Amino acid sequence: MISTLPLAFLEGVDPWIFTFSFITVAVTIWMGFRSAKTSKTASDFFVAGRSVSVGWNASAISGEYLSAASFMGVAGMVMSSGYDALWYPVCYACGYLFLLLFIAGPLRRFGAYTIPDFAEGRFDSPLFRKIAVCFVLFIGFFYTMPQMKGAGTTLAYIFPGMPYWGGVVLVGAVITLNVALGGMKGITLVQAVQYWIKMFAICVPIFVLMSVYGFYGSHLGANDGRAATAAGSTTPIVQIVERKPLVEKAPADTPWISPFGPLTTKAAKAAGLSAEAAKPYSLLYTYSLIIALVCGTAGLPHILVRFYTNPDGVAAKRTTMWVMILIGIFYVFPPVFGVIGRNLMPELYAATGAKGTDKIVLELPRAVGGLWGSILSGITCAGAFAAFMSTFSGLLVSMTGALAHDVYGRILRPKSTPQERMFMFKVAAVVVGTVAILLGSQVEQLQINFMVGQAFAIAAASYFPLLFMSVWWRGMTMPGAATGMLGGGLAALACTTIINLSDLKVIDLVEFWKANPLLRILCEQPAIWTVPLAIGLMIVVSKLTATKVPADIRMKMLVLHAPEKLGLKQEYIQEQQAGMGH
Amino acid sequence: MATPIPHEDRVHSEEFLHTLMRRQLKLSIACAAAFLVGLIGLPLLNYYAPALMATRVAGFTLSWLFLGVLCFPLVWTISWIFIRRSIWLEEDEVRQVKEGEGR
Repeated sequence: MISTLPLAFLEGVDPWIFTFSFITVAVTIWMGFRSAKTSKTASDFFVAGRSVSVGWNASAISGEYLSAASFMGVAGMVMSSGYDALWYPVCYACGYLFLLLFIAGPLRRFGAYTIPDFAEGRFDSPLFRKIAVCFVLFIGFFYTMPQMKGAGTTLAYIFPGMPYWGGVVLVGAVITLNVALGGMKGITLVQAVQYWIKMFAICVPIFVLMSVYGFYGSHLGANDGRAATAAGSTTPIVQIVERKPLVEKAPADTPWISPFGPLTTKAAKAAGLSAEAAKPYSLLYTYSLIIALVCGTAGLPHILVRFYTNPDGVAAKRTTMWVMILIGIFYVFPPVFGVIGRNLMPELYAATGAKGTDKIVLELPRAVGGLWGSILSGITCAGAFAAFMSTFSGLLVSMTGALAHDVYGRILRPKSTPQERMFMFKVAAVVVGTVAILLGSQVEQLQINFMVGQAFAIAAASYFPLLFMSVWWRGMTMPGAATGMLGGGLAALACTTIINLSDLKVIDLVEFWKANPLLRILCEQPAIWTVPLAIGLMIVVSKLTATKVPADIRMKMLVLHAPEKLGLKQEYIQEQQAGMGH
Repeated sequence: MATPIPHEDRVHSEEFLHTLMRRQLKLSIACAAAFLVGLIGLPLLNYYAPALMATRVAGFTLSWLFLGVLCFPLVWTISWIFIRRSIWLEEDEVRQVKEGEGR
């Protein structure tokens, strides 16, 4: 529809969907501005003054954790790839458990603001801090891209006339402004509220849809490839729900619902291998994906920093328990959208980019029809807004923090005043936001969940080995840690970059991948070799440079592991200061 | 560190740190093993027993039921046990140190 009006993109907008989305955005911004008035000091800005209650903090961590990938991406991927995509929500949750088991407690006791703080404190090396900061930014940018895709997709759905990049720019600008003015104290409150918006938005439409069109299990039961082949079986598995015929591009029932389906066999199928010959490749892909997602969680900069906003270690642990429950309940729902979507809206399989399966969560409630369909769709749009806004804000805070707190405050101008640092925080927020918008506008053709998987793969090969080994192995040295982190992280970064460029058709590797399916899998899901590579490098190089183990390593280990009630942290700080005085 | 460590100071002894880390790591690894068995085992089950895992339960395949629904309660149970045990462990360590000082 061509119009000469400047507001042409408003044509064809559903008023309900628009209203719900607009309210979410407006409330978010209002809360940001309101709390901006109360956050004054630099400490307030960086970790919310360390005074957040368990309930708020658990909701806030969950709110930040449930990104566009969880809200939109999981459903889209379950719809397009079936069973294999279920590993994503499961491993997002399991990864959090892994973080709790091995890293959260010690890191909290050590009491550093950010990962770079930890890297410097553990190895007494300002140089290593700089390396760690670079990785905060790398991983952060990789993780902002899928959030931006979510934003572009949602806005293209709400405003049918708006191009994908328009949505990215609009949402990116709003959030950047919000972060620059509010800081993290605002974000904690906003994140917590946004968790509950997301939870509401994902489960209410599901319950309505299931009551109208049949239960989760019935919809899965409808995807029964055997019904066509085994004519003898007379009893249907469950009451069969109505389903629309699948379009040509959709995967068939059996590979869709079974393990080792379209997602994990893509490379082997492209190489022309038979279904049996492709299975070992699928198994490899599955394991590599699991490693990336589980270990990668531990390295997400915006999640780790939240452990410091608890008043004490016991509160931090109780918070984590609640986070597990909150995100666990949430993750049951997105795959339901994917399953029901396959039966009710198979036409999405035919579209690509912003119009493809990634928008199933937004569009599916409309199947109910009429006014209620619009209202429900408006609710899920509000949830989607909450999802990408909260995660993008959290990332922006941690990346901006790295720039303002580390690059500016420690490296460029160590003598800067708090006012100057506050100002730099705002400048850095704008810079990071702009870069994220530019990157985000380039990735329309990539699936949201796939991109998140890549960010996790890089984190898994860099931060996870660093944190895990530094916490549990006292023989670790700075050169060892740096070599391992850089080796593993850069290898993963190189692999994901190659895959992205080849998938976006910037470089042509189609023939090469056909000839080498194994290389394609190891490149697309590099964690299975980059994580051991990083840990191996750390051990070997640390052994070679064993003389460089920090002299007070025992005290450091004690601070990392001894209960906080013993008050060793204070003693450690005094010793450090005394040491500097010599 | 340059400052010599007092002999009576149990907290700073090598032995204390060693037991401390050992006990914590043992707990973490035990909990991790419980969920790694599931995480590593499920793909293997899918690989070697596809027919069994395709069994339908109320519409779900067995495999889908495990991964899409039942694994979350498992994760909760493990983290609940871990948190209880680790808080107990910390209290126990503090108690031991206090007793050592009282002697």
